[in-house]
Amino acid sequence: MAMLGVSGLTKRFGGFTAVKEVSFAVEEGEILGLIGPNGSGKSTIFNCIAGLYPPTAGSIVFEGEEIASLSPNRICHKGIGRTFQIPRPFRNLSLLENVALSAFFGQAGNVSRSDCWRLAEEALGMVGLPTDALGGTDGLGAAALKKLELARALATQPRLLLADESLNGLDHAEMEQAAEMLRRIRQEKGITIVWVEHIMGVLMRVVDRVVVLDHGEVILQGKPRDAQADRQVIEVYLGPEAVA
Amino acid sequence: MDCHLDIFFLEAVLNGLLLAGLLALLALGLNLVFGVIDVVWICYAELVMVGMYGIHYAHKGGAPFLLAALLGILLVALAGALLHVLVIRPVLDSAPINQLLVTGGVLFFLQAAATMAFGIEFRNIGIRLGSVNLMDMSFAWSRLLTFAVALGGMLALWLFLTRTYMGTAIRAIAQDRQIMPLMGVDQRKVYLVTSAIGGGLAGLAAALMVLQYDIYPQIGLQFGPLIFMICVLGGLGNMIGGFVAAFIIAQFIAVGGSCFATEWGYAIAFLFFMVAIFIRPQGLFAAKS
Repeated sequence: MAMLGVSGLTKRFGGFTAVKEVSFAVEEGEILGLIGPNGSGKSTIFNCIAGLYPPTAGSIVFEGEEIASLSPNRICHKGIGRTFQIPRPFRNLSLLENVALSAFFGQAGNVSRSDCWRLAEEALGMVGLPTDALGGTDGLGAAALKKLELARALATQPRLLLADESLNGLDHAEMEQAAEMLRRIRQEKGITIVWVEHIMGVLMRVVDRVVVLDHGEVILQGKPRDAQADRQVIEVYLGPEAVA
Repeated sequence: MDCHLDIFFLEAVLNGLLLAGLLALLALGLNLVFGVIDVVWICYAELVMVGMYGIHYAHKGGAPFLLAALLGILLVALAGALLHVLVIRPVLDSAPINQLLVTGGVLFFLQAAATMAFGIEFRNIGIRLGSVNLMDMSFAWSRLLTFAVALGGMLALWLFLTRTYMGTAIRAIAQDRQIMPLMGVDQRKVYLVTSAIGGGLAGLAAALMVLQYDIYPQIGLQFGPLIFMICVLGGLGNMIGGFVAAFIIAQFIAVGGSCFATEWGYAIAFLFFMVAIFIRPQGLFAAKS
């Protein structure tokens, strides 16, 4: 059985349907790319899975259990972590404290404080940030902030990681690094990853499968090369002229 | 004007200091709730009034004062939690003006209910602690006790916020209410506990105030505006700012009242507040963004 099964997921905001009857499954151990142009409903799907928005209709089953409409903290405790497009660290805390905080709450406080520091150091090491970092977050650039965001999600000890726009705002070398990092997280920690991105290039080399969205609907599911060859996907990304 | 730098002036300054302890405690509860939940309890002083009546009747019913005070604190803590569940939670996602209006509604409800239940008479718990004399100056024990207990209460809250799991969660969610639930913080529980603590602080203030003031249904009108002025002056939601603002305002009231007349003390305090707010609209201290 799939680790995460989304079926018939619909989310409406007033009269606007952001996500319309979306169904896809995530197998344990894979990296799934959730792609589509801006506004295609990728982040809304993430927010529904993570519990920030209650779905209008549909079901979300994680490890055999219905999680649609659970509160975000319960979903976090069940083993789903998510990062945000725009990193929002606590500016008045050090790097280590930022990550230790999510290690602490991610386990509902059922870990000792010393274990939290250890988990935080481990997560920082995983993303390649200094683990002895007592400095604040002020001097950090876009790439380091993205890493911190990832470390905070990892410190909650997820089995499924929802990574939102990890590449946005990075230069080309940093993108390659970030993609490599996700691959390593899967390999070393065995964490299943759903990766949302609107930049396709780097993602296509890392993911096992892709789900392509447009206007809140799934237009294709399959191997990356299927998507790259698909007329409809190319049209959505590059416009009708590119197909002809 | 009758204002000299003499022993009476010093007495006024010291009495202002003692008053500041109480005002800081009152402001703390309101600031805590606003800082975490982002809702202003306009009816905060009315919760204090409920606590004062509770303590008064518990004491009259035979409970020793300490037990009555404890019951009063529990009563208002429960009232704070109920206020959150019944009134605040349903409007959490609506416009701030609606949140202000519903707690404003609770203010009038509590005042009217107290008037119906207890009448308009001034009641006094009848405990006289006497006063201490020091070099021609006189300080009521009730004020000294209030100051000490208020500081103790604030210290206890600080320890709770910095040393416990729930306290850390409260501070974290006050900073970023969207991210923290994703990291496993239960927002509903944090809000409920914060409301109960906010109520408990109002109850503690009530236990101290029954020793100094008469109890009547409109006592909230005497303190409510003062508490809001202090919170806004210190930067709404900023607990340290509220603490400092309480000391500033209390000096205006005490010294102004001593130099002119008591009413003038309040007038000068509010005048200072208006000027300060013109100059620094976000409060004297950096408020949360």
